[in-house]
Amino acid sequence: MLGSITWRDFSKHILRNRLSLIGLVLILALLILAVIGPTVAPYGPYATDPLNKLQGPSGTHPFGTDNLGRDLLTRILYGARISVTIATIVLIVSGGLGTMIGIVSGYFGGGVDNLLMRITDLFLAFPRLILAMAIAAALGRDLRNVVLAVAFTSWTVFARLARGQALAVKQQDYVEAARATGATRRRILFVHVLPMCISPVIIQGTIAMGGIILTVAGLGFIGFGAQPPTPEWGVMVSDGRNYLPTAWWACVFPGLAIMFTVLGFNLLGDGIRDILDPRMRRS
Amino acid sequence: MLAYIVRRLVWMVFVIFGVMTLTFFISRVIPADPVAAVLPGNAPEEAIQQERERMGLDKPIWVQYGLYINGLLHGDLGTSIRTRQPVLSDLLRYFPATAELAITALIMGTILGVSLGLLSAVRQGKFLDHFGRVFAIWGLSMPAFFTGLMLIILFSHTLHWLPQLGQMPAYLRRPPRVTGFLILDTMIAGNWSLVWTEVKHLILPAFTLGWLSTASIVRITRSSLLEVLPEEYIKTARMKGLHESVVILKHALKNAMLPTITIIGLRVASLLEGAVLTETVFSWPGLGRYATSSFLAIDFSAVVGVTVFIAFLYSFCNLVVDLIYGYLNPKIRYA
Repeated sequence: MLGSITWRDFSKHILRNRLSLIGLVLILALLILAVIGPTVAPYGPYATDPLNKLQGPSGTHPFGTDNLGRDLLTRILYGARISVTIATIVLIVSGGLGTMIGIVSGYFGGGVDNLLMRITDLFLAFPRLILAMAIAAALGRDLRNVVLAVAFTSWTVFARLARGQALAVKQQDYVEAARATGATRRRILFVHVLPMCISPVIIQGTIAMGGIILTVAGLGFIGFGAQPPTPEWGVMVSDGRNYLPTAWWACVFPGLAIMFTVLGFNLLGDGIRDILDPRMRRS
Repeated sequence: MLAYIVRRLVWMVFVIFGVMTLTFFISRVIPADPVAAVLPGNAPEEAIQQERERMGLDKPIWVQYGLYINGLLHGDLGTSIRTRQPVLSDLLRYFPATAELAITALIMGTILGVSLGLLSAVRQGKFLDHFGRVFAIWGLSMPAFFTGLMLIILFSHTLHWLPQLGQMPAYLRRPPRVTGFLILDTMIAGNWSLVWTEVKHLILPAFTLGWLSTASIVRITRSSLLEVLPEEYIKTARMKGLHESVVILKHALKNAMLPTITIIGLRVASLLEGAVLTETVFSWPGLGRYATSSFLAIDFSAVVGVTVFIAFLYSFCNLVVDLIYGYLNPKIRYA
């Protein structure tokens, strides 16, 4: 299903749909901030200033300061880089792992397929956040382990997808031809089957991105992810929560950062789903 | 049908067994030493050794695993290091609060989702359609913990309409435990003013959790209604001169509900997940908070126990949804 759309279809529909376009703009803004943010940030992310703690938004501190007097705008800009980096690594790891499992499963079929798909079902039958919490707690609570924990719980959808692609590609004449000319199974898998899975996996990755960022932030918030003083958004909301009645900005701004980021990915993902759902196409 | 149910039950046992094995081994590779969590840092070597033996940690991991399975088959999930209670009784104690929260959230989410989906479909392409869509995607994009905090700022700190933490004020006496469900127990005790207080405590967390579900419900209700609306029997109903609301509610919505029910069922399972974050924000004394505290304390038995319990609830909900679906849709033949 995902394989049937081309990049041209994709750009045509996305650019025509206003909501997806907003999503795309939000994502681009996030990416730009993640790249240039730390260079334009007015202060250091860890620079404390006890005399100016919990200051409300003002000219010198547009988003205010936290309980140690750190500039929130600066920390949110650094946080953008952290979120983008983590989500990208998670996506590469889980997308890669899932795709490998999927193409092996689909291409070889039979007992291998059965075993791998039952394992996939097992993971799907499992509440993801709970498993991620268990892994993060087991490995030790830091950012690197969050990546592993979230990747370990998000590969299933890619495995299913790649398996479907592999099943379809396997029947094609050119794969048959490659086999007839004596290409090894490894060559067929990597040169002929794998490339056909890449764009559907990227598209699915875009849809999954919002959920991944939410999971990472959620883990940070409940204390399983990044640890203070890392300027990770979930951790910042959790920190700011303690000063809530008065210093609302300390948790509102990092929270809004998470919200707009995830909103961007969800709006874009929603547009993509429309393209994939033929009933929704208005062409 | 019977064969299908049996097959599903066998699969469910297999899933729970798999989940248990996975968490068991994950929790055993923890670098931290659970003995250190119980005993003070300066405990003599002998006491540490004794505690290890008491916890069964001196045995090879396979023996520990065998003993755990043996216990599990006898309904024994071990004892929590943190609460010093049997894990199973802990789970049963915390479960009703989560169930109360999740059920209310699901009802709120469903009412909101179906009505928005309906309005979106009827007013396709108009303002309400866009509004419904944005509201739903927005809900999906709000981290549950952030929604919760915003609601607390607005309704508790600013407007002072609703309380922010827990199931009821800590200074009031809990009603005697009959069902474990606080609101039911309070009703049984006949304390109606306390019931009202508890309902007020439930509103914010339930909305926080419910909003997460609206997105998928709006989406599926809208698309299946749009699919049903052009059908001949809808035209017939209109030509008979039925009022438009009757056509939509009785003829169209009824037939469009099948996919919606599936999605609602799938949401039941993921509500358990959202409950972890929601309960943390609202200090709700449920399974989610129990899970978080156990994981943070690296409480072996509780970690495995709570995970197995949640996996059980999760697969059980999915099974029930599938069975309801098969019952409602005669076109499906499980063979």
